[in-house]
Amino acid sequence: MRYLAKRFGLFLVTLWAALTINFILPRLLPGNAAESILAGMRNVTPAAYHAICAELGCNLHQSVLLSYFQYLGNCITLNFGLSFQYRIPVTQYIMIGLPWTLALVGVATVISFLMGTLLGVVAAWRRGGRLDSMLPPFLFLLTAFPVFFLAILLLLVFGVGLHWFPLTSNYTFGVVPSLSLGYIGDVVSHAVLPATTLVLSLAGSWVYTMRNNMVTTLAEDYVRMARAKGLRPWRIMIDYCARNAILPNLAGFAIQIGFVLGGAILVEYTFSYPGVGGDFVSATDAHDFPVLAALFLLFTLAVLICVLIADLLTAILDPRTRES
Amino acid sequence: MAAPAPTLAPSAVAAELRRGSDALGRFTGAIARNRKAAFGLVLLLLLSVVAAAPQLFTGRDPQALLGGSQQLPSGTYWLGTTNTGQDVYSQLIWGTRLTLIITVVAGGLASFVSVVIGVAAAYLGGWTDRLLSLLTDVFLIIPTLPLLIIMAAYLTGAGTDAIILALVVTGWAFSARQLRAQGLSLRTRDFLEAARVRGERPFYIIMVEILPTMTSLIVANFMGLSTYMVATAAGLQYLGLGNTSEVTWGTMLHYAEENGAIFPGGNPFWVLAPGFAVVLMGAAFAFLNYAFDEIGNPALRSFRRRRAKPAA
Repeated sequence: MRYLAKRFGLFLVTLWAALTINFILPRLLPGNAAESILAGMRNVTPAAYHAICAELGCNLHQSVLLSYFQYLGNCITLNFGLSFQYRIPVTQYIMIGLPWTLALVGVATVISFLMGTLLGVVAAWRRGGRLDSMLPPFLFLLTAFPVFFLAILLLLVFGVGLHWFPLTSNYTFGVVPSLSLGYIGDVVSHAVLPATTLVLSLAGSWVYTMRNNMVTTLAEDYVRMARAKGLRPWRIMIDYCARNAILPNLAGFAIQIGFVLGGAILVEYTFSYPGVGGDFVSATDAHDFPVLAALFLLFTLAVLICVLIADLLTAILDPRTRES
Repeated sequence: MAAPAPTLAPSAVAAELRRGSDALGRFTGAIARNRKAAFGLVLLLLLSVVAAAPQLFTGRDPQALLGGSQQLPSGTYWLGTTNTGQDVYSQLIWGTRLTLIITVVAGGLASFVSVVIGVAAAYLGGWTDRLLSLLTDVFLIIPTLPLLIIMAAYLTGAGTDAIILALVVTGWAFSARQLRAQGLSLRTRDFLEAARVRGERPFYIIMVEILPTMTSLIVANFMGLSTYMVATAAGLQYLGLGNTSEVTWGTMLHYAEENGAIFPGGNPFWVLAPGFAVVLMGAAFAFLNYAFDEIGNPALRSFRRRRAKPAA
């Protein structure tokens, strides 16, 4: 219990840190920079001008502390203001892209986790075997390729070159979304290349850590005991080794999820996939600070929630964390 | 007890090397014997030569508008041209310099920060450790690329230095955690106990007793961070952040993407050349990183034992 309480404390501190980064960054802009951003916007009504001013922290009539608490209150009530680009509430704007990103990132993470963990287990079980000796150079190659370049290469080979998959967007322009097989197939074929990029860039580290953890666990006495008892190899592999070997992998989930989000931003940009990752990039181009701030918070929150889930799972799978 | 070097070495690497030709010989011998290390080193030296003297490899100005738009490779333009008719090959050559500088400076600064925070947390312990560990954990959880992007976006008109700052702020945490773990495992060792009993100041103990013992890990971490910086800096520039008027491999990728170089009618080599260059530089650092992990750990262990015995 103390373990979980400690982890929840970290959750709160990190959330607060992300909120504060969001608050401080615009205020680090030299006064002129804020002015120049405002000057670059045409047709700004006085009301909008004041709103933007407050957003950038150049409202000098208010104490910083007061606006800090006002800002925290706004964040808690999910009131992020209007998007500079589209003049609609930020939350409404984000909701358009969010399902696409969630689906893409979710599917890619699950596939890469299952594939990576399974490959790692098998490689360690048949240590020195064909799979085990093939993996290191392959993994090395994958880590050397930046996510975005992997995306470009896949697009170049399978999209432009072979015409196997469409080049951009989430579904063919003009097709009306429906629950028909044709539409779903269209969506899937648009998602194959972005998802494959993410899976390839993620699976490597899962395989690597899982294999190494398995090798360590296989040397444990209780595994030898299980063998001596004559248990089936399958049961030893899954119930005795994999269950323990997966614990450090769960702990690494946090960093991994942050990495997936980073990858999703680059991949969505490359494939012009209309998710929140692409929104994030276009918001930087347009200096759309309310959208930037809200999305940054969303990304951090996503990682935090995954960390909490991983911690809970660790507590369930590993009795040692519950005792202390 | 071997006498410590009379003056403090500017870097831990130098401190390690100063411990005598014996250690130096083992170090260089190990690099020569390790194929990965040799490959990485040769690659890095080659890239450094290109970065230092690009005019040896091309006579063309990378920014000059010479040929037609997005021409495919030819005898004149070995890697074709950009949409404004600039020579892709000379951009690739001249772009090496800034790409390598950003990588090494950001990697070096981030290693420095991680050493300071990791070792201070491990050695000082107590509340300092708790605070620094919390800081490390927070920076590990906050997703790096979004933080990088948002920092780069707010530093409007961000130059190269702002990009380096952002890379360092987001990059140090993982190494700091590793170095803290290593530092903790050293803390109870006899030779540190001996130094404390002698009445040495914490600064002396950290600089002369702890850091030299951790050299291999620190160097490996620097290589790992540099590998990360190559890809991350290129990714940021690819998204159009930072100073896009400077020629780097990342900005080349950005303009190539913006102008549809991989699509029919474009010059795909405008994308492929800087992309594979990024892979190559990343691989050079990654090879050295793995090599230092491999040759560093056993060397570190035998080194520690030798130091510990006389102190006991």
